[in-house]
Amino acid sequence: MPDLYEMSASQLAEILRDKKASAVEVTRSVLARIESVEEKVRAYITVTPDLALEMAADADRMLAAGEAQPLTGIPIAVKDNMCVRGFKTTCGSRILHNYVPPYDATVVQRIKNQGMVIVGKANMDEFAMGSSTETSWWGPTHNPWDFNMIAGGSSGGSVAAVAASEAVVALGSDTGGSIRLPAAFCGVTGIKPTYGAVSRYGLVAYASSLDQIGPIARDATDIALMLNLLCGHDPLDSTSVPREYPDFTTFMNKSIRGMTLGMPREFFGKLENHDVVRVMEEARKVLEDLGVTFVDLSLPHLDYGIAAYYIIAPSEASSNLARYDGVKYGHRAEKYDGMIDMYCRTRAEGFGPEVKRRIMLGTYALSSGYYDAYYLKAAKVRTLITEDFKRAFSRCDAIFCPTGPTPAFAIGEKIDDPIQMYLTDVFTIPVNMAGLPGMSLPGGFSDQGLPVGFQLIAPHFEEGRLVQLASEFQNHTDYHLKRPPL
Amino acid sequence: MKITPEQVDYVALLGRLRLEPEEKEKYLGQLDDILKYMEMLSEVDTEGVEPMAGPVELYTPLREDVVQPSLPPEDALANAPARSGTSFKVPKIIE
Repeated sequence: MPDLYEMSASQLAEILRDKKASAVEVTRSVLARIESVEEKVRAYITVTPDLALEMAADADRMLAAGEAQPLTGIPIAVKDNMCVRGFKTTCGSRILHNYVPPYDATVVQRIKNQGMVIVGKANMDEFAMGSSTETSWWGPTHNPWDFNMIAGGSSGGSVAAVAASEAVVALGSDTGGSIRLPAAFCGVTGIKPTYGAVSRYGLVAYASSLDQIGPIARDATDIALMLNLLCGHDPLDSTSVPREYPDFTTFMNKSIRGMTLGMPREFFGKLENHDVVRVMEEARKVLEDLGVTFVDLSLPHLDYGIAAYYIIAPSEASSNLARYDGVKYGHRAEKYDGMIDMYCRTRAEGFGPEVKRRIMLGTYALSSGYYDAYYLKAAKVRTLITEDFKRAFSRCDAIFCPTGPTPAFAIGEKIDDPIQMYLTDVFTIPVNMAGLPGMSLPGGFSDQGLPVGFQLIAPHFEEGRLVQLASEFQNHTDYHLKRPPL
Repeated sequence: MKITPEQVDYVALLGRLRLEPEEKEKYLGQLDDILKYMEMLSEVDTEGVEPMAGPVELYTPLREDVVQPSLPPEDALANAPARSGTSFKVPKIIE
């Protein structure tokens, strides 16, 4: 039998049900794993062993009383931009380095209700602004497959924790690719659900029209279990969509014969990296053998996705981050001359370079005289990108494309070149612009042995279709079972 | 559109950021590069296209006007950098 910390949530659930191990034993196994590898990976900002053991004891009581739910007793990492009552939630920033939320995010409440076990708060790019987890005030997370490489971002800590078996599943957030990119770089499965499917109450806002919480896991089965837990209406989030969600596990192990996947030529035409090209070809072959048909199609406005995104997201961020002013919580400058100077110095000290850059960019784009040329133009281009997808889905069940343009790059390689860093998101951003569900799953490895993922995109609220495709792909491949040699 | 040092100062003030001279210089160059990249948007014909504020149909959800539990003052103030009684304490605004 493999060690407990290496197992998937569905495997552990069975072990817990059969009383072959207790939730406390599972949790101790994961905490010991963290103890032994965390120094090299740096997946966490805060590890919460006491909370974890307390929650595990509660889970064991639920199991003993026959009140267990599918994920009771499963250790989970929570990205550090989601509030856990009584535990530091820093958002990877100095300005919130001491913030202890007085309430739980709705997703955290759902985790607690199900008796899951929170083992820690995962590292992230500061305010989720980044594609590499290098902008964290607490330092970068390292890719468990090669410590010199980035884990991807902004949910790099959540993803690295799952990849390095420092958590069984994790919560991330995705504004322009922040779940899918690191999932591809670290060889795990991650999904950004439809905008409005998962409550964002208690998620620190970055760009509110794009942000979405989603799960990261070892395989499609665990993703389905997590979607069952997370999806649902929440009156506390005014963008939460009131509707019924299916049991996502019913999409497991179902034939995908006869399904059609679209290949946007604007994406494939851009591919230069031979590892990604090869993995895409191999993944396509596997899916074709399972009876999937591929069609070539065009999404003509995709090329404008990054430009439009890096106007819209910083504009929303510049407004959302106005609240960090040293008054109600977080860092406050020690020396200042009057109120405005207190704000300016507090924010100068509290925010890192990428956050300042995006506040500057967004403030500029929204400022008088530039609004029409930048924000309004970008919002119209966003409409065109969304219409492109609508047309595409009249010809296919889902879209098949790369997650990232390359495998993970080296720590430090792009940090001083914002545009190169922004271009990392080229295949993931359009999905957020249109509010669609998108999943990244392991598709193979580069010549150097780094994981390469691929992406599946479905129409609104068709997460089940992504689970179905991923489940069948993983039933016929073993990339998702590979673990980094740590 | 070329961004000027005066614009950087103005935007920093609007964004309530005190920037050091070397930061201003860096952002001047970087914002210029980024805005140059954004210029590609002018190629897109958006005549008659409605702007999109968000991916879901916008509406204002309403609820019954019933008092709900809210954060106790002690909890709300627990993270305050400075407080006075049950208030947040800030520097003097009016001399």
